[in-house]
Amino acid sequence: MTDIAPTRFSLARFERPSAIAFLGYVFGLVIIFWCLAGAGFSLEKVASSPPRFADFATRAFPPNLEPQVLARLGWKMVETLQIAVAGAVIGVILSVPVALLAARGLIAGPWVNHTVRTILGFIRAVPDIAWALVFVVAVGLGPFAGMLAIAIDTVGFCGRFFADDMEATDKGPAESLTATGARKIDVVACATIPGAMPAFVSTSLYALEKAVRSSTILGLVGAGGIGIELKVGFDLFDYPTAMTVILMIAVVVIAIEAVSGWARTRIIGEQR
Amino acid sequence: MAKRFGEKPVFADVSFRLARGEAVALVGANGTGKSTLLRCLMGLIPASSGSVHLLGQQTNAATGRQLRALRAQVGLVSQKHNLVPRLSVLSNVVHGLLGKHPGLRHWSHSLAPHASRVAAMSALERVGLADFANRRADRLSGGQSQRVAIARAIVGTPSVLFADEPCASLDPSAGEDVMELFFRLVRDEGVSVVFTSHNIEHALRYGDRVLGLAQGRLRLDATAVSLSAADLRGLYD
Repeated sequence: MTDIAPTRFSLARFERPSAIAFLGYVFGLVIIFWCLAGAGFSLEKVASSPPRFADFATRAFPPNLEPQVLARLGWKMVETLQIAVAGAVIGVILSVPVALLAARGLIAGPWVNHTVRTILGFIRAVPDIAWALVFVVAVGLGPFAGMLAIAIDTVGFCGRFFADDMEATDKGPAESLTATGARKIDVVACATIPGAMPAFVSTSLYALEKAVRSSTILGLVGAGGIGIELKVGFDLFDYPTAMTVILMIAVVVIAIEAVSGWARTRIIGEQR
Repeated sequence: MAKRFGEKPVFADVSFRLARGEAVALVGANGTGKSTLLRCLMGLIPASSGSVHLLGQQTNAATGRQLRALRAQVGLVSQKHNLVPRLSVLSNVVHGLLGKHPGLRHWSHSLAPHASRVAAMSALERVGLADFANRRADRLSGGQSQRVAIARAIVGTPSVLFADEPCASLDPSAGEDVMELFFRLVRDEGVSVVFTSHNIEHALRYGDRVLGLAQGRLRLDATAVSLSAADLRGLYD
Protein backbone atom coordinates (compact mmCIF):
# COMPACT_ATOMS: atom_id res chain seq x y z
CA MET A 1 0.00 0.00 0.00
CA THR A 2 1.26 3.42 -0.85
CA ASP A 3 0.73 6.37 1.42
CA ILE A 4 -0.10 9.60 -0.32
CA ALA A 5 1.84 12.11 1.66
CA PRO A 6 0.49 15.65 1.64
CA THR A 7 2.78 17.99 -0.23
CA ARG A 8 3.25 21.65 0.46
CA PHE A 9 1.47 22.31 -2.85
CA SER A 10 -1.75 20.47 -1.90
CA LEU A 11 -4.84 22.68 -2.06
CA ALA A 12 -7.24 23.31 0.80
CA ARG A 13 -10.77 22.03 0.11
CA PHE A 14 -12.25 25.33 1.16
CA GLU A 15 -10.60 28.66 0.74
CA ARG A 16 -10.75 30.97 3.74
CA PRO A 17 -12.58 34.14 2.69
CA SER A 18 -10.77 37.42 2.91
CA ALA A 19 -11.89 39.95 5.53
CA ILE A 20 -13.60 42.07 2.88
CA ALA A 21 -15.39 39.04 1.37
CA PHE A 22 -16.53 38.00 4.89
CA LEU A 23 -17.90 41.49 5.55
CA GLY A 24 -19.64 41.33 2.15
CA TYR A 25 -21.40 38.06 3.07
CA VAL A 26 -22.49 39.49 6.42
CA PHE A 27 -23.77 42.65 4.74
CA GLY A 28 -25.73 40.53 2.22
CA LEU A 29 -27.38 38.56 5.02
CA VAL A 30 -28.27 41.76 6.89
CA ILE A 31 -29.91 43.16 3.75
CA ILE A 32 -31.96 39.98 3.25
CA PHE A 33 -33.21 39.99 6.88
CA TRP A 34 -33.95 43.72 6.64
CA CYS A 35 -36.08 43.09 3.52
CA LEU A 36 -37.91 40.18 5.17
CA ALA A 37 -38.72 42.44 8.14
CA GLY A 38 -39.92 45.20 5.83
CA ALA A 39 -42.11 42.71 3.97
CA GLY A 40 -43.78 41.71 7.26
CA PHE A 41 -42.50 38.14 7.07
CA SER A 42 -44.11 36.15 9.84
CA LEU A 43 -43.70 32.41 10.46
CA GLU A 44 -46.72 32.60 12.75
CA LYS A 45 -48.91 33.81 9.88
CA VAL A 46 -47.47 31.18 7.54
CA ALA A 47 -48.31 28.51 10.11
CA SER A 48 -51.86 29.78 10.64
CA SER A 49 -52.69 30.25 6.93
CA PRO A 50 -53.49 26.65 5.84
CA PRO A 51 -56.86 26.52 7.68
CA ARG A 52 -57.86 29.87 6.16
CA PHE A 53 -56.68 28.76 2.73
CA ALA A 54 -58.64 25.54 3.16
CA ASP A 55 -61.70 27.60 4.10
CA PHE A 56 -61.30 29.66 0.91
CA ALA A 57 -60.87 26.49 -1.15
CA THR A 58 -63.99 24.96 0.40
CA ARG A 59 -66.03 28.06 -0.44
CA ALA A 60 -64.49 28.43 -3.95
CA PHE A 61 -64.96 24.81 -5.04
CA PRO A 62 -66.68 23.72 -7.08
CA PRO A 63 -66.11 26.63 -9.47
CA ASN A 64 -69.18 28.33 -10.89
CA LEU A 65 -69.90 26.52 -14.15
CA GLU A 66 -73.40 27.89 -14.81
CA PRO A 67 -73.84 28.36 -18.60
CA GLN A 68 -74.76 32.04 -18.23
CA VAL A 69 -71.68 32.74 -16.10
CA LEU A 70 -69.42 30.75 -18.42
CA ALA A 71 -70.78 32.64 -21.43
CA ARG A 72 -70.20 36.01 -19.74
CA LEU A 73 -66.70 35.11 -18.58
CA GLY A 74 -65.93 33.55 -21.96
CA TRP A 75 -66.71 36.80 -23.75
CA LYS A 76 -64.62 38.70 -21.21
CA MET A 77 -61.76 36.30 -21.88
CA VAL A 78 -62.16 36.88 -25.62
CA GLU A 79 -61.99 40.63 -24.95
CA THR A 80 -58.86 40.02 -22.84
CA LEU A 81 -57.20 38.18 -25.72
CA GLN A 82 -58.27 40.93 -28.14
CA ILE A 83 -56.62 43.53 -25.88
CA ALA A 84 -53.47 41.42 -25.63
CA VAL A 85 -53.14 40.61 -29.33
CA ALA A 86 -54.00 44.14 -30.56
CA GLY A 87 -51.66 45.76 -28.01
CA ALA A 88 -48.81 43.33 -28.67
CA VAL A 89 -49.09 43.63 -32.47
CA ILE A 90 -49.14 47.44 -32.38
CA GLY A 91 -46.30 47.43 -29.85
CA VAL A 92 -44.15 45.07 -31.94
CA ILE A 93 -44.73 47.14 -35.11
CA LEU A 94 -43.82 50.39 -33.33
CA SER A 95 -40.78 48.72 -31.76
CA VAL A 96 -39.01 48.22 -35.09
CA PRO A 97 -38.41 51.92 -35.93
CA VAL A 98 -37.76 52.67 -32.26
CA ALA A 99 -35.17 49.88 -32.12
CA LEU A 100 -33.50 51.19 -35.28
CA LEU A 101 -32.93 54.48 -33.47
CA ALA A 102 -31.77 52.72 -30.29
CA ALA A 103 -29.32 50.32 -31.95
CA ARG A 104 -25.73 51.54 -31.89
CA GLY A 105 -23.89 51.85 -35.18
CA LEU A 106 -26.90 51.44 -37.48
CA ILE A 107 -28.68 54.57 -38.68
CA ALA A 108 -28.57 57.05 -35.81
CA GLY A 109 -25.69 58.62 -33.91
CA PRO A 110 -24.66 57.87 -30.31
CA TRP A 111 -26.65 60.77 -28.87
CA VAL A 112 -29.90 59.52 -30.42
CA ASN A 113 -29.10 55.92 -29.40
CA HIS A 114 -28.56 56.97 -25.79
CA THR A 115 -31.69 59.16 -25.64
CA VAL A 116 -33.95 56.47 -27.12
CA ARG A 117 -32.49 53.78 -24.84
CA THR A 118 -33.09 56.01 -21.82
CA ILE A 119 -36.73 56.55 -22.84
CA LEU A 120 -37.17 52.79 -23.34
CA GLY A 121 -35.67 52.23 -19.90
CA PHE A 122 -38.23 54.62 -18.41
CA ILE A 123 -41.10 52.85 -20.22
CA ARG A 124 -39.95 49.49 -18.85
CA ALA A 125 -39.50 50.89 -15.35
CA VAL A 126 -43.20 51.82 -15.14
CA PRO A 127 -45.33 48.68 -14.50
CA ASP A 128 -48.04 47.84 -17.04
CA ILE A 129 -50.77 48.31 -14.42
CA ALA A 130 -49.51 51.88 -13.86
CA TRP A 131 -49.62 52.53 -17.61
CA ALA A 132 -53.20 51.22 -17.57
CA LEU A 133 -54.11 53.73 -14.83
CA VAL A 134 -52.55 56.53 -16.89
CA PHE A 135 -54.49 55.54 -20.02
CA VAL A 136 -57.75 55.12 -18.09
CA VAL A 137 -57.34 58.78 -17.14
CA ALA A 138 -56.36 59.73 -20.70
CA VAL A 139 -58.91 57.80 -22.79
CA GLY A 140 -61.45 56.65 -20.21
CA LEU A 141 -62.44 53.29 -18.78
CA GLY A 142 -62.53 50.27 -21.05
CA PRO A 143 -60.45 47.95 -23.21
CA PHE A 144 -58.90 50.74 -25.32
CA ALA A 145 -56.96 51.96 -22.28
CA GLY A 146 -55.80 48.39 -21.68
CA MET A 147 -54.69 47.98 -25.29
CA LEU A 148 -52.65 51.21 -25.13
CA ALA A 149 -51.03 50.05 -21.88
CA ILE A 150 -50.07 46.73 -23.44
CA ALA A 151 -48.77 48.48 -26.58
CA ILE A 152 -46.47 50.87 -24.70
CA ASP A 153 -45.29 48.11 -22.39
CA THR A 154 -44.45 46.02 -25.48
CA VAL A 155 -42.53 48.94 -27.05
CA GLY A 156 -40.43 49.25 -23.89
CA PHE A 157 -39.66 45.55 -23.94
CA CYS A 158 -39.30 44.81 -27.68
CA GLY A 159 -37.64 48.15 -28.53
CA ARG A 160 -34.74 47.32 -26.24
CA PHE A 161 -34.39 43.67 -27.26
CA PHE A 162 -34.84 44.31 -31.00
CA ALA A 163 -32.04 46.90 -30.77
CA ASP A 164 -29.77 44.45 -28.95
CA ASP A 165 -30.61 41.74 -31.49
CA MET A 166 -29.71 44.00 -34.41
CA GLU A 167 -26.43 45.03 -32.79
CA ALA A 168 -25.55 41.35 -32.35
CA THR A 169 -26.09 40.29 -35.98
CA ASP A 170 -23.20 39.13 -38.15
CA LYS A 171 -21.67 42.29 -39.64
CA GLY A 172 -20.39 40.50 -42.75
CA PRO A 173 -23.53 40.74 -44.94
CA ALA A 174 -23.96 44.41 -43.97
CA GLU A 175 -20.37 45.14 -44.96
CA SER A 176 -20.82 43.39 -48.30
CA LEU A 177 -23.92 45.47 -49.08
CA THR A 178 -22.18 48.66 -47.94
CA ALA A 179 -19.42 47.75 -50.38
CA THR A 180 -21.97 47.76 -53.23
CA GLY A 181 -22.78 51.40 -52.45
CA ALA A 182 -26.05 50.67 -50.67
CA ARG A 183 -27.45 53.34 -48.33
CA LYS A 184 -27.55 52.68 -44.58
CA ILE A 185 -31.32 52.19 -44.61
CA ASP A 186 -31.04 49.67 -47.47
CA VAL A 187 -28.27 47.81 -45.63
CA VAL A 188 -30.40 47.64 -42.48
CA ALA A 189 -33.48 46.48 -44.41
CA CYS A 190 -31.65 43.87 -46.48
CA ALA A 191 -28.97 42.54 -44.13
CA THR A 192 -29.45 43.59 -40.50
CA ILE A 193 -33.20 43.04 -40.08
CA PRO A 194 -33.27 39.69 -41.94
CA GLY A 195 -30.26 38.63 -39.86
CA ALA A 196 -32.06 39.54 -36.63
CA MET A 197 -35.44 38.15 -37.74
CA PRO A 198 -35.27 34.85 -35.79
CA ALA A 199 -34.55 36.80 -32.61
CA PHE A 200 -37.35 39.27 -33.50
CA VAL A 201 -39.84 36.41 -33.87
CA SER A 202 -38.78 34.85 -30.60
CA THR A 203 -38.95 38.16 -28.72
CA SER A 204 -42.33 39.03 -30.29
CA LEU A 205 -43.86 35.71 -29.27
CA TYR A 206 -42.57 36.21 -25.75
CA ALA A 207 -44.07 39.73 -25.80
CA LEU A 208 -47.41 38.19 -26.79
CA GLU A 209 -47.25 35.74 -23.88
CA LYS A 210 -46.41 38.63 -21.56
CA ALA A 211 -49.27 40.69 -23.01
CA VAL A 212 -51.79 37.91 -22.38
CA ARG A 213 -50.63 37.57 -18.76
CA SER A 214 -50.77 41.35 -18.26
CA SER A 215 -54.16 41.80 -19.93
CA THR A 216 -55.81 39.42 -17.46
CA ILE A 217 -55.23 41.84 -14.59
CA LEU A 218 -55.71 45.21 -16.32
CA GLY A 219 -59.44 44.96 -15.59
CA LEU A 220 -58.59 45.48 -11.89
CA VAL A 221 -58.07 49.17 -12.71
CA GLY A 222 -60.91 49.41 -15.23
CA ALA A 223 -58.84 48.90 -18.38
CA GLY A 224 -61.00 46.12 -19.79
CA GLY A 225 -60.70 42.36 -19.87
CA ILE A 226 -61.51 39.59 -17.43
CA GLY A 227 -59.69 41.19 -14.49
CA ILE A 228 -62.79 43.13 -13.51
CA GLU A 229 -64.68 39.84 -13.07
CA LEU A 230 -61.97 38.64 -10.69
CA LYS A 231 -62.23 41.83 -8.66
CA VAL A 232 -66.05 41.69 -8.52
CA GLY A 233 -65.91 38.00 -7.57
CA PHE A 234 -63.68 38.71 -4.56
CA ASP A 235 -65.47 41.96 -3.60
CA LEU A 236 -68.84 40.13 -3.46
CA PHE A 237 -67.33 37.03 -1.79
CA ASP A 238 -68.46 35.09 -4.87
CA TYR A 239 -65.48 32.76 -4.61
CA PRO A 240 -66.81 30.06 -7.01
CA THR A 241 -67.01 32.65 -9.81
CA ALA A 242 -63.58 34.07 -8.86
CA MET A 243 -62.18 30.53 -8.98
CA THR A 244 -63.71 30.05 -12.46
CA VAL A 245 -61.93 33.23 -13.57
CA ILE A 246 -58.60 32.07 -12.11
CA LEU A 247 -58.89 28.69 -13.81
CA MET A 248 -59.85 30.32 -17.15
CA ILE A 249 -56.84 32.63 -16.94
CA ALA A 250 -54.53 29.70 -16.14
CA VAL A 251 -55.86 27.60 -19.03
CA VAL A 252 -55.62 30.46 -21.55
CA VAL A 253 -52.12 31.54 -20.45
CA ILE A 254 -50.81 27.96 -20.56
CA ALA A 255 -52.46 27.44 -23.98
CA ILE A 256 -50.95 30.66 -25.35
CA GLU A 257 -47.51 29.63 -24.08
CA ALA A 258 -47.88 26.23 -25.76
CA VAL A 259 -49.02 27.78 -29.07
CA SER A 260 -46.22 30.35 -28.87
CA GLY A 261 -43.62 27.63 -28.25
CA TRP A 262 -44.95 25.63 -31.20
CA ALA A 263 -44.96 28.71 -33.47
CA ARG A 264 -41.42 29.60 -32.36
CA THR A 265 -40.15 26.18 -33.40
CA ARG A 266 -42.12 26.22 -36.68
CA ILE A 267 -41.01 29.71 -37.72
CA ILE A 268 -37.45 29.78 -36.43
CA GLY A 269 -36.61 26.08 -36.65
CA GLU A 270 -33.77 24.49 -34.77
CA GLN A 271 -31.29 27.27 -35.47
CA ARG A 272 -31.63 30.88 -34.43
CA MET B 1 -0.99 55.07 -47.57
CA ALA B 2 -0.66 54.03 -43.93
CA LYS B 3 -3.12 52.56 -41.45
CA ARG B 4 -2.97 52.43 -37.67
CA PHE B 5 -5.51 51.17 -35.15
CA GLY B 6 -4.93 53.55 -32.27
CA GLU B 7 -1.20 53.48 -31.66
CA LYS B 8 -0.78 50.10 -33.32
CA PRO B 9 0.51 50.40 -36.90
CA VAL B 10 -0.93 47.93 -39.41
CA PHE B 11 0.97 48.98 -42.51
CA ALA B 12 2.78 52.06 -43.79
CA ASP B 13 4.25 53.39 -47.03
CA VAL B 14 2.00 51.27 -49.20
CA SER B 15 1.76 52.68 -52.70
CA PHE B 16 0.75 51.02 -55.95
CA ARG B 17 -1.24 51.51 -59.16
CA LEU B 18 -3.91 49.24 -60.55
CA ALA B 19 -4.22 49.27 -64.35
CA ARG B 20 -7.54 48.76 -66.09
CA GLY B 21 -8.22 45.04 -66.54
CA GLU B 22 -5.29 44.04 -64.35
CA ALA B 23 -5.44 41.37 -61.63
CA VAL B 24 -3.30 42.09 -58.61
CA ALA B 25 -2.62 39.43 -55.98
CA LEU B 26 -1.96 40.70 -52.47
CA VAL B 27 -0.01 38.18 -50.39
CA GLY B 28 1.51 38.17 -46.95
CA ALA B 29 1.38 36.40 -43.61
CA ASN B 30 -1.57 36.66 -41.22
CA GLY B 31 -1.81 40.07 -39.55
CA THR B 32 0.12 41.96 -42.22
CA GLY B 33 -2.99 43.99 -43.04
CA LYS B 34 -4.13 42.56 -46.39
CA SER B 35 -7.84 42.67 -45.49
CA THR B 36 -7.43 46.07 -43.84
CA LEU B 37 -5.77 47.36 -47.01
CA LEU B 38 -8.70 46.13 -49.12
CA ARG B 39 -11.15 47.89 -46.80
CA CYS B 40 -9.15 51.10 -47.02
CA LEU B 41 -9.13 50.85 -50.82
CA MET B 42 -12.95 50.64 -50.84
CA GLY B 43 -13.33 53.42 -48.31
CA LEU B 44 -15.01 51.07 -45.82
CA ILE B 45 -12.50 52.22 -43.23
CA PRO B 46 -10.44 55.41 -43.50
CA ALA B 47 -6.69 55.31 -44.06
CA SER B 48 -4.68 56.98 -41.28
CA SER B 49 -2.61 58.88 -43.80
CA GLY B 50 -2.21 59.04 -47.55
CA SER B 51 -4.96 58.74 -50.10
CA VAL B 52 -6.74 56.32 -52.38
CA HIS B 53 -7.66 57.32 -55.93
CA LEU B 54 -10.25 54.88 -57.19
CA LEU B 55 -11.76 55.24 -60.67
CA GLY B 56 -10.52 58.80 -60.82
CA GLN B 57 -11.88 59.86 -57.44
CA GLN B 58 -10.13 60.37 -54.13
CA THR B 59 -12.06 58.22 -51.65
CA ASN B 60 -10.96 59.96 -48.45
CA ALA B 61 -12.14 63.33 -49.81
CA ALA B 62 -15.47 62.02 -51.13
CA THR B 63 -18.80 62.82 -49.49
CA GLY B 64 -21.04 59.96 -48.38
CA ARG B 65 -23.10 60.23 -51.55
CA GLN B 66 -19.99 60.31 -53.78
CA LEU B 67 -18.54 57.33 -51.94
CA ARG B 68 -21.73 55.35 -52.48
CA ALA B 69 -21.72 56.24 -56.19
CA LEU B 70 -18.11 55.08 -56.37
CA ARG B 71 -18.80 51.84 -54.53
CA ALA B 72 -21.65 51.14 -56.96
CA GLN B 73 -18.90 50.66 -59.56
CA VAL B 74 -16.95 48.15 -57.47
CA GLY B 75 -17.72 44.72 -56.02
CA LEU B 76 -16.51 42.77 -53.00
CA VAL B 77 -16.22 39.01 -52.55
CA SER B 78 -15.40 38.02 -48.98
CA GLN B 79 -13.89 34.92 -47.48
CA LYS B 80 -17.07 34.16 -45.51
CA HIS B 81 -19.40 34.75 -48.49
CA ASN B 82 -21.51 37.11 -46.35
CA LEU B 83 -24.86 36.16 -47.83
CA VAL B 84 -28.02 36.96 -45.88
CA PRO B 85 -28.82 33.43 -44.71
CA ARG B 86 -32.61 33.39 -44.55
CA LEU B 87 -33.24 35.13 -47.86
CA SER B 88 -33.43 33.53 -51.28
CA VAL B 89 -30.41 33.25 -53.52
CA LEU B 90 -32.09 35.58 -56.02
CA SER B 91 -32.77 38.26 -53.36
CA ASN B 92 -29.11 38.10 -52.32
CA VAL B 93 -28.03 38.71 -55.90
CA VAL B 94 -30.60 41.51 -56.39
CA HIS B 95 -29.02 43.21 -53.35
CA GLY B 96 -25.88 43.63 -55.44
CA LEU B 97 -27.80 46.31 -57.38
CA LEU B 98 -28.64 48.42 -54.32
CA GLY B 99 -25.78 50.82 -55.01
CA LYS B 100 -27.16 51.65 -58.44
CA HIS B 101 -30.83 51.35 -57.54
CA PRO B 102 -31.37 52.24 -53.88
CA GLY B 103 -34.76 51.77 -52.29
CA LEU B 104 -37.56 49.39 -51.45
CA ARG B 105 -37.82 47.74 -54.87
CA HIS B 106 -34.41 46.12 -54.51
CA TRP B 107 -34.96 44.86 -50.96
CA SER B 108 -36.33 41.57 -52.22
CA HIS B 109 -36.51 39.69 -55.51
CA SER B 110 -40.31 39.74 -55.20
CA LEU B 111 -40.37 43.54 -55.39
CA ALA B 112 -37.52 43.98 -57.88
CA PRO B 113 -38.23 45.46 -61.34
CA HIS B 114 -38.17 43.06 -64.28
CA ALA B 115 -34.81 44.36 -65.57
CA SER B 116 -33.14 43.78 -62.19
CA ARG B 117 -34.57 40.27 -61.90
CA VAL B 118 -33.28 39.49 -65.39
CA ALA B 119 -29.83 40.90 -64.53
CA ALA B 120 -29.73 38.85 -61.31
CA MET B 121 -30.82 35.67 -63.09
CA SER B 122 -28.20 36.29 -65.76
CA ALA B 123 -25.49 36.66 -63.08
CA LEU B 124 -26.68 33.42 -61.47
CA GLU B 125 -26.59 31.70 -64.82
CA ARG B 126 -22.99 32.80 -65.31
CA VAL B 127 -21.99 31.18 -62.02
CA GLY B 128 -24.02 28.07 -62.88
CA LEU B 129 -26.66 28.46 -60.18
CA ALA B 130 -29.75 29.65 -62.07
CA ASP B 131 -31.64 26.57 -60.84
CA PHE B 132 -31.00 27.60 -57.22
CA ALA B 133 -32.58 31.07 -57.51
CA ASN B 134 -35.46 30.35 -55.12
CA ARG B 135 -33.43 28.33 -52.62
CA ARG B 136 -32.62 29.86 -49.24
CA ALA B 137 -29.00 31.00 -49.04
CA ASP B 138 -28.38 29.02 -45.85
CA ARG B 139 -29.30 25.79 -47.67
CA LEU B 140 -26.28 26.04 -50.01
CA SER B 141 -22.88 24.36 -49.76
CA GLY B 142 -19.80 26.52 -49.17
CA GLY B 143 -18.82 26.47 -52.84
CA GLN B 144 -22.35 27.36 -53.96
CA SER B 145 -22.51 30.21 -51.41
CA GLN B 146 -19.28 31.67 -52.75
CA ARG B 147 -20.61 31.43 -56.32
CA VAL B 148 -23.72 33.36 -55.24
CA ALA B 149 -21.45 35.96 -53.59
CA ILE B 150 -19.60 36.26 -56.90
CA ALA B 151 -22.92 36.67 -58.74
CA ARG B 152 -23.86 39.43 -56.28
CA ALA B 153 -20.51 41.15 -56.89
CA ILE B 154 -20.76 41.03 -60.69
CA VAL B 155 -24.48 41.73 -61.14
CA GLY B 156 -23.88 45.48 -61.10
CA THR B 157 -21.19 45.13 -63.83
CA PRO B 158 -18.44 46.66 -61.67
CA SER B 159 -15.25 48.18 -63.04
CA VAL B 160 -13.15 46.97 -60.10
CA LEU B 161 -13.55 43.87 -57.95
CA PHE B 162 -11.99 43.22 -54.58
CA ALA B 163 -11.78 39.66 -53.29
CA ASP B 164 -10.63 38.89 -49.76
CA GLU B 165 -9.31 35.31 -49.71
CA PRO B 166 -12.25 34.15 -51.83
CA CYS B 167 -11.55 30.43 -51.43
CA ALA B 168 -10.06 30.35 -47.93
CA SER B 169 -13.15 28.76 -46.37
CA LEU B 170 -13.61 26.16 -49.12
CA ASP B 171 -12.15 22.72 -49.58
CA PRO B 172 -9.32 22.57 -52.17
CA SER B 173 -11.52 21.26 -54.99
CA ALA B 174 -14.34 23.80 -54.45
CA GLY B 175 -11.70 26.51 -53.99
CA GLU B 176 -10.13 25.70 -57.37
CA ASP B 177 -13.55 25.75 -59.05
CA VAL B 178 -14.44 29.11 -57.49
CA MET B 179 -11.12 30.73 -58.44
CA GLU B 180 -11.35 29.37 -61.98
CA LEU B 181 -14.90 30.68 -62.36
CA PHE B 182 -14.16 34.04 -60.74
CA PHE B 183 -11.20 34.80 -62.96
CA ARG B 184 -12.90 33.53 -66.13
CA LEU B 185 -15.74 35.98 -65.47
CA VAL B 186 -13.56 38.96 -64.65
CA ARG B 187 -11.24 38.30 -67.62
CA ASP B 188 -14.29 38.10 -69.92
CA GLU B 189 -15.50 41.47 -68.68
CA GLY B 190 -12.08 43.16 -68.50
CA VAL B 191 -12.64 44.00 -64.84
CA SER B 192 -9.71 45.08 -62.63
CA VAL B 193 -9.21 42.83 -59.62
CA VAL B 194 -7.37 43.05 -56.34
CA PHE B 195 -7.45 39.77 -54.42
CA THR B 196 -5.76 38.55 -51.27
CA SER B 197 -4.62 34.97 -50.93
CA HIS B 198 -2.42 32.71 -48.85
CA ASN B 199 -2.22 30.32 -51.77
CA ILE B 200 1.04 31.10 -53.54
CA GLU B 201 0.05 29.03 -56.57
CA HIS B 202 -3.19 31.04 -56.94
CA ALA B 203 -1.32 34.35 -56.63
CA LEU B 204 1.07 33.37 -59.42
CA ARG B 205 -1.56 31.76 -61.65
CA TYR B 206 -4.36 34.33 -61.40
CA GLY B 207 -2.47 37.53 -60.68
CA ASP B 208 -0.88 39.62 -63.41
CA ARG B 209 1.07 41.31 -60.66
CA VAL B 210 1.87 40.30 -57.10
CA LEU B 211 2.17 42.64 -54.14
CA GLY B 212 3.76 41.26 -50.99
CA LEU B 213 3.18 42.71 -47.53
CA ALA B 214 5.58 41.89 -44.69
CA GLN B 215 6.38 43.65 -41.41
CA GLY B 216 3.86 46.36 -42.27
CA ARG B 217 5.59 47.36 -45.49
CA LEU B 218 5.13 46.59 -49.17
CA ARG B 219 8.14 44.30 -49.72
CA LEU B 220 7.30 43.02 -53.18
CA ASP B 221 5.72 44.49 -56.31
CA ALA B 222 6.48 42.47 -59.43
CA THR B 223 4.78 40.81 -62.37
CA ALA B 224 3.69 37.26 -61.70
CA VAL B 225 5.68 35.84 -64.60
CA SER B 226 8.90 37.22 -63.14
CA LEU B 227 8.34 35.50 -59.79
CA SER B 228 8.72 31.97 -58.48
CA ALA B 229 6.98 30.31 -55.56
CA ALA B 230 10.23 30.61 -53.59
CA ASP B 231 10.14 34.39 -53.94
CA LEU B 232 6.71 34.50 -52.30
CA ARG B 233 7.54 32.00 -49.58
CA GLY B 234 10.17 34.45 -48.41
CA LEU B 235 7.35 36.79 -47.37
CA TYR B 236 6.14 34.24 -44.82
CA ASP B 237 9.53 33.73 -43.12
